[in-house]
Amino acid sequence: MEVCNCIEPQWPADELLMKYQYISDFFIAVAYFSIPLELIYFVKKSAVFPYRWVLVQFGAFIVLCGATHLINLWTFTTHSRTVALVMTTAKVLTAVVSCATALMLVHIIPDLLSVKTRELFLKNKAAELDREMGLIRTQEETGRHVRMLTHEIRSTLDRHTILKTTLVELGRTLALEECALWMPTRTGLELQLSYTLRQQHPVEYTVPIQLPVINQVFGTSRAVKISPNSPVARLRPVSGKYLLGEVVAVRVPLLHLSNFQINDWPELSTKRYALMVLMLPSDSARQWHVHELELVEVVADQVAVALSHAAILEESMRARDLLMEQNVALDIARREAETAIRARNDFLAVMNHEMRTPMHAIIALSSLLQETELTPEQRLMVETVLKSSSLLATLMNDVLDLSRLEDGSLQLELGTFNLHTLFREVLNLIKPIAVVKKLPITLNLAPDLPEFVVGDEKRLMQIILNIVGNAVKFSKQGSITVTALVTKSDNRAPPDFFVVPTGSHFYLRVKVKDLGAGINPQDIPKLFTKFAQTQSLATRSSGGSGLGLAISKRFVNLMEGNIWIESDGVGKGCTAIFDVKLGISNESKQSGIPKVPANPQHANFAGLKVLVMDENGVSRMVTKGLLVHLGCEVTTVSSSEECLRVVSHEHKVVFMDVCMPGVENYQIAIRIHEKFTKRHQRPLLVALTGNTDKSTKEKCMSFGLDGVLLKPVSLDNMRNVLSDLLEHRVLYEAM
Amino acid sequence: MNTVVVAQLQRQFQEYLVSLYQQGFLDNQFTELRKLQDEGTPDFVAEVVSLFFDDCSKLINSMSRSLGRPESVDFKQVDSGVHQLKGSSSSVGARRVKNVCISFKECCDVQNREGCLRCLQQVDYEYKMLKTKLEDLFNLEQQILQAGGTIPQININ
Repeated sequence: MEVCNCIEPQWPADELLMKYQYISDFFIAVAYFSIPLELIYFVKKSAVFPYRWVLVQFGAFIVLCGATHLINLWTFTTHSRTVALVMTTAKVLTAVVSCATALMLVHIIPDLLSVKTRELFLKNKAAELDREMGLIRTQEETGRHVRMLTHEIRSTLDRHTILKTTLVELGRTLALEECALWMPTRTGLELQLSYTLRQQHPVEYTVPIQLPVINQVFGTSRAVKISPNSPVARLRPVSGKYLLGEVVAVRVPLLHLSNFQINDWPELSTKRYALMVLMLPSDSARQWHVHELELVEVVADQVAVALSHAAILEESMRARDLLMEQNVALDIARREAETAIRARNDFLAVMNHEMRTPMHAIIALSSLLQETELTPEQRLMVETVLKSSSLLATLMNDVLDLSRLEDGSLQLELGTFNLHTLFREVLNLIKPIAVVKKLPITLNLAPDLPEFVVGDEKRLMQIILNIVGNAVKFSKQGSITVTALVTKSDNRAPPDFFVVPTGSHFYLRVKVKDLGAGINPQDIPKLFTKFAQTQSLATRSSGGSGLGLAISKRFVNLMEGNIWIESDGVGKGCTAIFDVKLGISNESKQSGIPKVPANPQHANFAGLKVLVMDENGVSRMVTKGLLVHLGCEVTTVSSSEECLRVVSHEHKVVFMDVCMPGVENYQIAIRIHEKFTKRHQRPLLVALTGNTDKSTKEKCMSFGLDGVLLKPVSLDNMRNVLSDLLEHRVLYEAM
Repeated sequence: MNTVVVAQLQRQFQEYLVSLYQQGFLDNQFTELRKLQDEGTPDFVAEVVSLFFDDCSKLINSMSRSLGRPESVDFKQVDSGVHQLKGSSSSVGARRVKNVCISFKECCDVQNREGCLRCLQQVDYEYKMLKTKLEDLFNLEQQILQAGGTIPQININ
């Protein structure tokens, strides 16, 4: 026991010390016992604790220590040998366990420490992943922005909208301070500031295209960081901001329409680029990130595509507008032309009529005047008046005809006429003048020239008259020959005219040869033009408007023909030749002449096979007698059944009596029609009836009969009827 | 050949024929029939005419049978008979017969038995009369031919 320097206590010093030791040991024991309890409690609570047996060991160690201290409590006073034994056991155990624990902790503590470091490591990793995720999210968002931007840009085909939208969206996505687009000018030597984001009315800056910074940007398809002080980036007046935001520029290829090929995109050899400049906000210390640059590049590409689409659309819309304008103009012009033509025709028609009326009056009255008693001077005057008015009348006719010919409103009036007579008439008209001028005229008509033809008689006469008239007019001496023949393809014709004779048509060639003034070969082409005159003034006095040949040429062309003039030179005469197409008339009759009945002697029905069907024996015999007398070979039958049995394609005519009332007789006609399907094999069907009314005729027609005859038939009647029937295959007149 | 006789006979023939026309026994159709007679068919007219008379008698018999019983007269049959008769008579030019047939048809249409009987009687009378006349005509023709002459072509207008 040590001596302490404390104040003299109330108790005896040794007892006090003992008491304090006693209390301390007690508390230590309590603590020692409670710690493992706490440990067990909390470990039980926690889910994971890898070192349980260490805990047990530690628990044991502590318990034993506690026990030791507890047992110590009994050693302060006199204690028995058992207590000392227990105490010793406890101390020994404690020593063992504590040594074991100490040894164990050497292994365990590094492990525990490493757990800690791993924990720290994981925490760092988690933080890093969080950061990265944040980054990815931003990227994804920008990607979304790009898609939306592209969609916006591509959803419109209007160029301005495209560009404006681009700038707006880019500005929004990337939170830009300023975004601008420089477009190349027409000359291609400068870049002009075309669109900006913030400024409403950008001043028309231009920069030359050959700046090094621009070349740098145009040289690569990537977005390039450029200095904020470069001319393209100086978009706003500097307003005292210290730190200008970083600027990026990218090229936007402007595609020409012809270069637009999807597969070559974007390695095209286009030379035109626009420049897009993007500025980050100043004073923000923001930097361009890689993903932002990529976004800018993508957008630039999309903008280029959208712009070319817009350009194509603009082109096609412009072309369409142009076409519409042209159409409208053409329509108006056409309508104007039509109105003009109509007005002219109306005018001509009216004027024609208005002019002809007084003209007729003048001509008629002058002719009348000519008949009266006149002095020679008066006669001369009247003749002049007459001549002039005739000329005027001809002129009017010519003009009206020509204008109608020109716009194709003139049509030929076809009819049948006698060609030979026509020529003779023309000659008769011309003869007086020719006789006065002592020019003999001869007419040669080819022997194979058809007599009756189909064509426009009046116009053909006009043509011949004009040509022959010209020949007479321009000849002072010599003879005039008019030749008309049927032209064959081997005859000489101008090389561009091919003569093709068809079955019912032929080409009439008329040659008018005169030995008069002749024509200079150089003037020949001009002859047929309107109003052109080739004669000298001396011969001009013979009159003529110069329209004659032009009109004749038009008429000849209408008749699908050709007209030309050959001359060997001035003073050597000339030959006018024209071909026209005329139809050959089938009928050997002229209109107006009554029909000539066929000559009885000529009708020949020898061997013509006919069939007579009549129930009445007497009339059967009579009809047979008639036909036999005419030379036919007659078979008679007395019933329709027999008729059907006997009738064959050899019979050319079937006469059937339909006197019996009722429709049964007509059935035979239907049956015969059925039997002979081909028309040329079917015999002609003629009904013999005593009725004269229209209903019988109609009934016969409706049943397919070819003719009706009234009984009793006379010989002449039958003869005529048969010949008519065989010629025309139909007869419904003999009533 | 006795030309005088021939000429006389021919004149007789001509007068007789003309009288037949004038009395209305024959009409134009008979002329036509005569035209059809030539060297190839010398008896054409006679054949036709005799056929006609046979036809007549047959038809008249059948019609009189139909009209015989008053209570059951088959007017249809009578009508068809009249029709045939009319056709035949107009084919040969028997004018009077034809005219009777026309009135006969009218009676038949109104189913007048009495009228029909009357007409039938008349038809019978007329055809027999014509038959006699034509027989005389043909006899004259034969006489001419036997006398060596030719039958004159007579134009009746």
